[in-house]
Amino acid sequence: MSTPIAYFVAVSAMLFAIGTVGVLVRKNALVIFMSVELQLNAVNLALVAFSRMHGNLNGQVVAFFSMVVAAAEVVVGLAIIVTVYRRRQSASVDDLTVLRG
Amino acid sequence: MAADEIVFWVFAPISIGSAIAMLLQRNAVHAALFLVVNFFTIAVFYLVLGASFLFAVQIIVYAGAIMVLFLFVIMLLGVDREETLVERLRGQRVLAVVLGAGIAIELVVAIRAGIGFATKAPANFDETVNQGGNAQALARVLFLQYFFPFEVTSVLLIVAAIAVVVFASRRRRAITRAEAVTAGHREAA
Repeated sequence: MSTPIAYFVAVSAMLFAIGTVGVLVRKNALVIFMSVELQLNAVNLALVAFSRMHGNLNGQVVAFFSMVVAAAEVVVGLAIIVTVYRRRQSASVDDLTVLRG
Repeated sequence: MAADEIVFWVFAPISIGSAIAMLLQRNAVHAALFLVVNFFTIAVFYLVLGASFLFAVQIIVYAGAIMVLFLFVIMLLGVDREETLVERLRGQRVLAVVLGAGIAIELVVAIRAGIGFATKAPANFDETVNQGGNAQALARVLFLQYFFPFEVTSVLLIVAAIAVVVFASRRRRAITRAEAVTAGHREAA
């Protein structure tokens, strides 16, 4: 394998940063949630790249577990967004101001 | 130029580009579709890195199940109309982009300091670590070393399933005071 491992980790770092900007900038709760998924995937990529570098499979197993947790998290998160939408008829995080002091 | 280098340089720009496109799309459905493209490119990276099992899982679970769930919810709620560009906090968007670029630069500097941009992976990964196939090797690690965490994830999945049932099957009940207040506002407006 002739691609340096750091290139994969650098792509992962950029995807993570893009996901962070997405969480900070977007208003639609669903798109914010998608950005969080992007961050999770970026970290998974870094884990698999390090697994390749160190020559063992522990990183791949951790990435596998994080996929399971991400699947559970998506299901619960989307259920929360649907519930909020039913109550307030909006998925924009700007409209959720009930807890404002 | 080796095959894995060609694959990397073809798919890395697609990966970054689709992520940025997801960020810039104002329509939620288009953003979700760009995210699917991004998940596919990450799956290709897994294949290049010798994780063929995770390649399959990435496509089945992420591009298949999770993104279908996202699209389903977007279309169920009908929130695919474009979002407003009004900023509630002044300068938030500019500050977010600046800080995001800062995170990216900092991480790249950390990678350079940590492993350097010349470190290459050992070439005989498939013969030594992935002996007998990646899925078999991963199963050996998963079911011998990580058996207890694996069982715990089943509890997690059951808890998530119960939580969703509780959320979805909520009956009509008396409205709270906060809801009454916002409903009053909506009628007044």
